[in-house]
Amino acid sequence: MQISKIPVVALEQLQNNVFLLKARSKELAEKSSPGQFFNIKVSDSYFPLLRRPFSISNVENDILTFMFDIHGEGTKLLSLKKEGDNIDLIGPLGNGFNLDDDFDTAVIVAGGLGSAPFPLLLNKLSKEKKVKSFVGGRSKPNVITWKLANVNIATDDGSIGFHGNVFQLIKKHENIFTENKCKVFACGPNPMLKALQEYCLANNINCELSTECAMACGFGICQGCPIESSDKKSPYKLVCKDGPVFNAKDILI
Amino acid sequence: MSERIDLSVNIGGLKLKNPVMLASGTVGYGNEISNFTDLSKIGAIVTKSVSLNPRKGNPPQRIVETPSGMLNAIGLANVGLESFINDKIPFLKEVNSTLVCNIAASSIEEYVECTKTLDGEDTIKGFEINVSCPNVKEGGLIFGNDISSVGRITEKVRAVTNKPIIIKLSPNTSNISEFAKVVKDEGGDAVSAINTLVGASFNIWNKKPKINNVTGGLSGPAIKPVAIAKVLEISRKVDIPIIGIGGIMDWKDAVEFMIAGASAFQIGTVNFINPNAGIEIIEGLESYCSQMKIKSISELTASYNLE
Ligand SMILES: Cc1cc2nc3c(=O)[nH]c(=O)nc-3n(C[C@H](O)[C@H](O)[C@H](O)COP(=O)(O)OP(=O)(O)OC[C@H]3O[C@@H](n4cnc5c(N)ncnc54)[C@H](O)[C@@H]3O)c2cc1C
Ligand SMILES: Cc1cc2nc3c(=O)[nH]c(=O)nc-3n(C[C@H](O)[C@H](O)[C@H](O)COP(=O)(O)O)c2cc1C
Ligand code: FES
Repeated sequence: MQISKIPVVALEQLQNNVFLLKARSKELAEKSSPGQFFNIKVSDSYFPLLRRPFSISNVENDILTFMFDIHGEGTKLLSLKKEGDNIDLIGPLGNGFNLDDDFDTAVIVAGGLGSAPFPLLLNKLSKEKKVKSFVGGRSKPNVITWKLANVNIATDDGSIGFHGNVFQLIKKHENIFTENKCKVFACGPNPMLKALQEYCLANNINCELSTECAMACGFGICQGCPIESSDKKSPYKLVCKDGPVFNAKDILI
Repeated sequence: MSERIDLSVNIGGLKLKNPVMLASGTVGYGNEISNFTDLSKIGAIVTKSVSLNPRKGNPPQRIVETPSGMLNAIGLANVGLESFINDKIPFLKEVNSTLVCNIAASSIEEYVECTKTLDGEDTIKGFEINVSCPNVKEGGLIFGNDISSVGRITEKVRAVTNKPIIIKLSPNTSNISEFAKVVKDEGGDAVSAINTLVGASFNIWNKKPKINNVTGGLSGPAIKPVAIAKVLEISRKVDIPIIGIGGIMDWKDAVEFMIAGASAFQIGTVNFINPNAGIEIIEGLESYCSQMKIKSISELTASYNLE
């Protein structure tokens, strides 16, 4: 965890509104693990004021990749970065996915930009493990399958893949959970995470969820990012410090 | 630099190696921010408001960004007095910065009990009494907006400690200097100004408030001019040391507060964006003083020229 300024090596457009920001740092590349994030300063001034949190999407040699879409002012500024600019970032932050559990099949579940953290996860996953990915989006342009393996797609409007949401799609493939020792890794909108959480808890499936929340500091000093804990004794956890990845049994969504 | 500049300040008996203090609620209890900055070089650390019992704080969403600022309604989430003493003070003891403990309470008795209990902790060099949190139902602003309550709290806390007492004032009032005066009259050693300004923000698409608590406290550059005016008002009307707070992002902002009357200052929101800001401000102050041929930083306090 540190403040760094690192050079941008490329800003690429992956598909319509989705961008990849690539920046070089050997040190940060080595320290980063899947599911962790960086809090990025999108401008050189204090406008906008706060940093913006982004998952580490991938690491290849000394290049870190962030994946984002243009949402508001901050991400718009980020999309204007170009080779040779420096970006100021804090991280890697938070607790990522745990790949050391006992499972033989990684089930990736992503909704929209929720695909962001998974290229790095697959990169770090032992080659012996099987992978099954379920990716959802509103419509074809919102489905992001970059560097994912064994992909099944669902769209709300049926423009590609299964017509329905990603959770309904998974239910159609339920047999994977009985035929393999699965662990679910999920990132996406809250309704998706919630449905998945209920399903996994009811069926005793190991499941980790990457959560989002408005953040100021990103490293535990502002108390701005609470998420309800399932442990009644300590009612809130912090998304930035205790998460953003939580085991499905530890939080209430 | 040829001549050493004296950055030390004395705020009503609280001696600091420099005027840079880290504001309550923006540094936790020091451990996380120590990854980014050398706390031993900082003038003082003011800890997150502690109350007698732990408080879980408000439900999310607690914060939202606003133009040049942010609203927060954390709701004084804190570990409570016992855990503060057992789990947090040991780390702060190692840091070698001056420790000021900020106390929040919902009754005068609670302020007194917290102060009394903490008075025996050698590591704590002073108390900052938060009578101005806008985000809790009991206490907070109900005290902060009532002159006689602020007077009584000052008097009762004074009776149980000889350590410096700083009363943290609310800007959500039109006569802040009268509050400063009652603090002085009741034996307080200094005031800090300002706490956050009450603010609100709505999502225009679903017409709901952006933070769950509806209103929150505004901090950051947006409040700086308001804060400077409050510091100036106190400085012109009451003879009491002032700690300036509100939207300080760099050394220039800090100098402005000192010119307006502050003896020291606190930085809050900037820590979230640049957790090393305190050190950078110290360096900036040194070079400003040497350019301006100021030998001791305390010469800056209330050095305004209103002609
Ligand atoms: C741990 C974490 C990881 C994330 N990873 C990614 C990623 O890999 N790719 C990606 O595109 N987005 C990611 N996000 C969301 C991303 O941070 C927001 O899209 C971004 O902050 C929007 O900023 P803006 O100025 O463009 O939008 P605005 O809407 O103008 O932002 C206004 C304020 O709201 C906050 N905000 C807005 N949307 C979100 C959100 N969804 N989550 C948290 N804060 C928000 C902003 O930080 C800012 O302070 C992540 C969020 C978190 C918490
Ligand atoms: C997230 C957050 C939490 C805060 N918590 C406290 C607190 O517990 N006690 C207190 O006295 N002030 C608290 N404050 C107020 C700050 O100490 C400071 O007075 C205010 O933020 C203005 O300074 P700034 O503009 O530099 O942030 C908090 C501020 C923020 C932004
Ligand atoms: S964002 Fe500040 S504590 Fe989590």
